[in-house]
Amino acid sequence: MKAYVLRRLWQSALTLVGVSLLVFVILRVLPGDPAKMLLPEGAPQSAVDELNRHLGLHEPLHVQYGLFVKSVFRGDFGQSFQYRAPALRVVVERLGATVQLALAAMLITVLIGVSLGIVAAVRRGTRYDYASTVLAVLGQSLPNFWLGIMLILLFGVALRWLPTSGFESWRHLILPAVTLAAFPMALVARLTRSSMLEILGRDFIRTGRAKGLAERAVILRHALRNAAVPLLTVLGLQIGTLLGGAVITESVFAWPGMGKLVVDAIFFRDFPVVQTVLILSATIFVVINLLVDLLYTVIDPRIRYS
Amino acid sequence: MSLAGSDDTSRAGRLSPIALVGAALLVIVALASVLAPLLVSSDPLKPSFSRRLAPPWGLGGTPAHVLGTDNLGRDILARLLHGGRTSLALAATSVALAAAVGIVVGLVAGSGGERIDAVLMRAADVQLAFPVIMLAIAIVAVVGTSPAALVGVLALSGWVLYARTVRASVLTIRRLEYVEAAYTLGASDLRIIGRHILPNTLGPILVIGSSQFATMVLLESGLSFLGMGIQAPQPSWGLMLAEGRDYLSNAWWLATIPGLAISLVVLGANLLGDGLRDLLDPRGSGA
Repeated sequence: MKAYVLRRLWQSALTLVGVSLLVFVILRVLPGDPAKMLLPEGAPQSAVDELNRHLGLHEPLHVQYGLFVKSVFRGDFGQSFQYRAPALRVVVERLGATVQLALAAMLITVLIGVSLGIVAAVRRGTRYDYASTVLAVLGQSLPNFWLGIMLILLFGVALRWLPTSGFESWRHLILPAVTLAAFPMALVARLTRSSMLEILGRDFIRTGRAKGLAERAVILRHALRNAAVPLLTVLGLQIGTLLGGAVITESVFAWPGMGKLVVDAIFFRDFPVVQTVLILSATIFVVINLLVDLLYTVIDPRIRYS
Repeated sequence: MSLAGSDDTSRAGRLSPIALVGAALLVIVALASVLAPLLVSSDPLKPSFSRRLAPPWGLGGTPAHVLGTDNLGRDILARLLHGGRTSLALAATSVALAAAVGIVVGLVAGSGGERIDAVLMRAADVQLAFPVIMLAIAIVAVVGTSPAALVGVLALSGWVLYARTVRASVLTIRRLEYVEAAYTLGASDLRIIGRHILPNTLGPILVIGSSQFATMVLLESGLSFLGMGIQAPQPSWGLMLAEGRDYLSNAWWLATIPGLAISLVVLGANLLGDGLRDLLDPRGSGA
């Protein structure tokens, strides 16, 4: 088990190095003249020279990369010129709103997705199964920006039940969270259905039923628990979907999180903020998936020894 | 994974009816887009301010503009079909490029020794660590929104799946007896790849490609929706949706119609992908 943990730690560290390398290539190598890009338009030559010196842009690329990594480790992601503050602080201030939205969406994903999947598997071939499958297929096919706009049209414009933009109360959270959850929820529903179907056919389930366990206990305690491991993997990977989906969902609903921030930053050409959001979200993804993998060893002892 | 009720093995060997519906949806939209100049006479780019925001035919509009007109008086059907050409062509090109890159990477990783395998698989991890759309908008912001850049960005987001699949089957197939026999008989690596490995991975690649076409259409229209894909005044589904957003209260069809088009294509590609997967793996596993 120790070897497994160490190997996963090492892999995650390597992935983060790769992340920094890719961000470096996109924002420092691709543009040709990064100083121009990292400064507001019309910045005086003295500022360009100063930044060139600060970033070491006259040095060879590998030295530049070294300086880049060093400053990232110091938490120095550059200055946002849109907000005139350190980029890291600007991004971290918006992280809370995104986490709130992502957690709400994750809750919907798990509660509704898993329930739909269980119902579909247990009532296989009935209209419940059919309805849940149709819902899942739709959830994976409707673009979330369109779904968001249609929800605004229905609940905001036509029925006037819910607010359609802003961040003031929990009622503002409903439409964006549903929009963001649609895709992962559909995925989880389908995955739960297929793994439940597989597990419900196994011998230990038949044994459980034969010894007179209540159907509820068979499904929830024995079958669902065994379906949990593949589910957990997918949920971990869905962090990426949620962070990416937040870019569009937050833009549709004017939700003041990291996703809307990065879109605005790109239009203002505020690249220090773009760079911070990229590194931060990739790091969140890597860390959460590392934790998920380590969590397995607790849930499923078989993994410790493989 | 299969659709409810369609995963009986008795139907193995044929695409399920639902998958055929998916394929038909794709073909219809693709044909309508390709034939756009023949099907609609209106210019998708030419504004006509006297005919702004006309509703679709049957909802108070005229047959001259079956789906109505937009905020600049442009015919929505014409913009939809011409936009479809761009969206579908971009998505198809990106899928092909992603598959080509992914297959090569997978072959190299699977047969090129442990060290190169480790490097390539870590590169795949790095790629997956970024939310696709974030990476895409950052790159597009730096290199611009030319069609070539968009295809590159989309393909960059898609190669990993192919690489992992091809790599896994290279590792399995290489150990099979008949492949070892072929090696012993002096077959070259290229021959083994061409005769044994590629034909065996073709199925999974088709499944991935079909589902990925859906993802690419979503991604391209998402980028255009955010203003970082196809640029105005060129028609594109995502852009039309974004433009229609400001007219939700008085002209709901502006945002509704392009979204329906995207959904139909994505639905079609997903159904087809599911059907192909069931066909190749009738036990209905995987998700």
